[in-house]
Amino acid sequence: MSHYLQPQHEHDQDPLEGRTALIQGGLSFHDVTEKVAHPIDVPHKAWWIFFLVSVGMLGVFVTSVAWLLWEGVGIWGHMVPVAWAWPIVNFVFWVGIGHAGTLISAILFLFRQKWRTSINRAAEAMTIFAVICALMFPTIHVGRVWALYWALPIPNQMSLWPNFRSPLLWDVFAVSTYFTVSLLFWYVGLIPDLATMRDRAKTRIRQLAYGIFALGWRGSNRHWVNYEAAYLLLAAMATPLVLSVHSIVSFDFAVSQLPGWHTTIFPPYFVAGAIFSGFGMVLTLMIPLRKWFRLEQIITIKHLENMAKIILLTGCIVGYAYSMEFFIAWYSGNPLETFVFINRAFGPYWWAYWIMVSCNVITPQFIWFKKIRTSPVALFILSIFVNIGMWFERFVIVVSSLANDFLPSSWDYFTPTFWDFATLIGSFGLFFTLFCLFVRYLPTVAMAEAKGVMAIASPHYDHGKAAAKSVPPASGRGKSGVMDSGHDIDEPIRSEQSVPGAKKVVVANLDPIPAPVPVAAPEPKDSDDDGPTKVERRQEMPVITKDEATAPKLDAPKLDAPKIDVPKIEVPKIEVPKIEIPNIEAPKVQAPPAELEVPKFEPPKLDPPPKIDAPPKLEPDKPKGEGGDKE
Amino acid sequence: MAKRPRNFGLLAEYETATDLYHACERVRDAGYAAWDAHTPFPVHGLDKAMGLRGSIVPYIVAVMGFSGAGLGFLMQYWMSAVDYPLIISAKPFNSYPAWVPVTFELGILLGSFGAVFGMLGLNKLPQYYHSVFNSSRFHRFSDDRFFISIEARDPKYDLDRTRKLLETTGAVSVEEVED
Repeated sequence: MSHYLQPQHEHDQDPLEGRTALIQGGLSFHDVTEKVAHPIDVPHKAWWIFFLVSVGMLGVFVTSVAWLLWEGVGIWGHMVPVAWAWPIVNFVFWVGIGHAGTLISAILFLFRQKWRTSINRAAEAMTIFAVICALMFPTIHVGRVWALYWALPIPNQMSLWPNFRSPLLWDVFAVSTYFTVSLLFWYVGLIPDLATMRDRAKTRIRQLAYGIFALGWRGSNRHWVNYEAAYLLLAAMATPLVLSVHSIVSFDFAVSQLPGWHTTIFPPYFVAGAIFSGFGMVLTLMIPLRKWFRLEQIITIKHLENMAKIILLTGCIVGYAYSMEFFIAWYSGNPLETFVFINRAFGPYWWAYWIMVSCNVITPQFIWFKKIRTSPVALFILSIFVNIGMWFERFVIVVSSLANDFLPSSWDYFTPTFWDFATLIGSFGLFFTLFCLFVRYLPTVAMAEAKGVMAIASPHYDHGKAAAKSVPPASGRGKSGVMDSGHDIDEPIRSEQSVPGAKKVVVANLDPIPAPVPVAAPEPKDSDDDGPTKVERRQEMPVITKDEATAPKLDAPKLDAPKIDVPKIEVPKIEVPKIEIPNIEAPKVQAPPAELEVPKFEPPKLDPPPKIDAPPKLEPDKPKGEGGDKE
Repeated sequence: MAKRPRNFGLLAEYETATDLYHACERVRDAGYAAWDAHTPFPVHGLDKAMGLRGSIVPYIVAVMGFSGAGLGFLMQYWMSAVDYPLIISAKPFNSYPAWVPVTFELGILLGSFGAVFGMLGLNKLPQYYHSVFNSSRFHRFSDDRFFISIEARDPKYDLDRTRKLLETTGAVSVEEVED
């Protein structure tokens, strides 16, 4: 197994594409299978640590939710002006995280960005788990979880239907569709890999478990035709879907008439922010993953760099949106709008605003430097800041707009409670527990797809046949251990010269057997028990073609960038603890949540007895909103 | 039990996608119909080399997607304007611009169901027994090997001639597989 440890080679070139190969290290198909499947066979020590910590955090989540259901939403720091506090911040945060996975799996697929294949599986898993976390929050935020089905068009005892005019209801459909489609997309991508896991399973239980979900996949090309069509169409549908989801999430805000929310820039701004935060999380997950699972040749620096560039782009869009909001606040001449934005930056929540700006606008700018964007450690640290910043963005949008709305008399300062924190931390536990289980039991890289983008996968790839003919492809090959030497010997020499159809082969530049420049040094393969065919093929591999001239490898030495840059990114604002809590006077504490809305309705009525009717009347409204937020 | 094991057909193994590609062209040109290629990943252009026609999944998706959108719109219309009309924010019962998001989402949802279940249906999956798995070498199809299976039920199938054909296409092994 020593080849798991071998250091990364200098950049291998893809002889067909004439640029840096996506899968480095001259791996064969079998190497890819082994590399990806190895961590499933042998759990990593770090995995256990992370898993146990995550499960502990999940326990925090379960406890907080249980206490919430027992006690009611009053355990949170909600109050009347800020009725959409942390749960909605967390909801938007988690939904946003999910978007990067779909961007990688669907949008980059449509754009034929082949580098996506190394990261799409894990990113899609991240999407699904993030959306699960996201769905938790509106669910528990409604307070009466058992009435949640009122948000769905299911016949109920009141014969009422949901209010389809409400963006909150659009959200129900958007997020649940998003979850379902992401899950299907992910599963479809998994089928061939589950078959791989089934076929290499050593134990009966694994054979059965993987076998059932592999659906009897046999790699049939007649199946692949339908499969690829379905996959392409799923990508084509997931692309507008993912853009619609965060647009609709932003409608929750933009369609209301609250200054700070009621803006047309929200949909694109939210989508860019979602992709920004999602790629932040992808990097946070992938950088340790590739290291611990030794996937550096599959998830290469190039992949990290590409993701960093997307973070830079979307970070700039987000920064533009921040400044444009300010510009419009001033340019609109609307005093409420102007006030809200000045209040955001210099009002009671100034600290949240400036955390947001420094994390989301300033940190991505480091990515302009190649040394930083090719350094996994630097990127990891940057990605953490992106995650923090995007959480604060949602906090700023939700809380600062609500806390100081139209009537100064109703202003208040929102302070989270212990249970707010516990639920947020717990949701990370849920997310990481699911992700740990995923990396433990499912292939973290889409093997079939990653193999498909390797140069040797192309039917136009010249496997150095001229040379190979002299090398008999015999001797114990592969793990099957079956030797069919009879056929090898008596078989007429491979005869594609005689193949009439061979004309199609677009061999353009690679046919002339090039001088085999030994880029992928075959030596480290010594201990590889898996048959010399691979080695031979490696040697035969025409690694350099005429395109080589256009693909200078100058960047290679820069690869393992010095990690010295890391300290550059110190957290700027440590002043966070400055929370001035003066204004939280008693009134907040008293009212149990359910009754919070009731008193509001009393004054106009002025008749004491009918008070009893009030709560039942209010109830139908509840499921449509995320809570008592519809007034 | 007394059933004599019949033969499913021949299974040829190839080392590279290139070999498989050319072999498929040969088998296609030889006029076989009940045959298949098995690959660890979709090999680019192999459907042409096999002479396969395009998938009909897109049509299923189109039908499902448009019916999903149509049904979604009708559902909202019926619920809001017919079954239990309610005046909300002084908006018309049939506030069709507000129906757009849900209509769109349901179109996508049913379209995706069409893509996934249509694909599985056309491929007749799940199918937990298939004769190719009787080969002891076949499990490498999901790892790094490429296979062609020609079924005995093909009218052109002839054990010797078919074997000969496969052997001349650069197969590293050709074996008979039980049904």
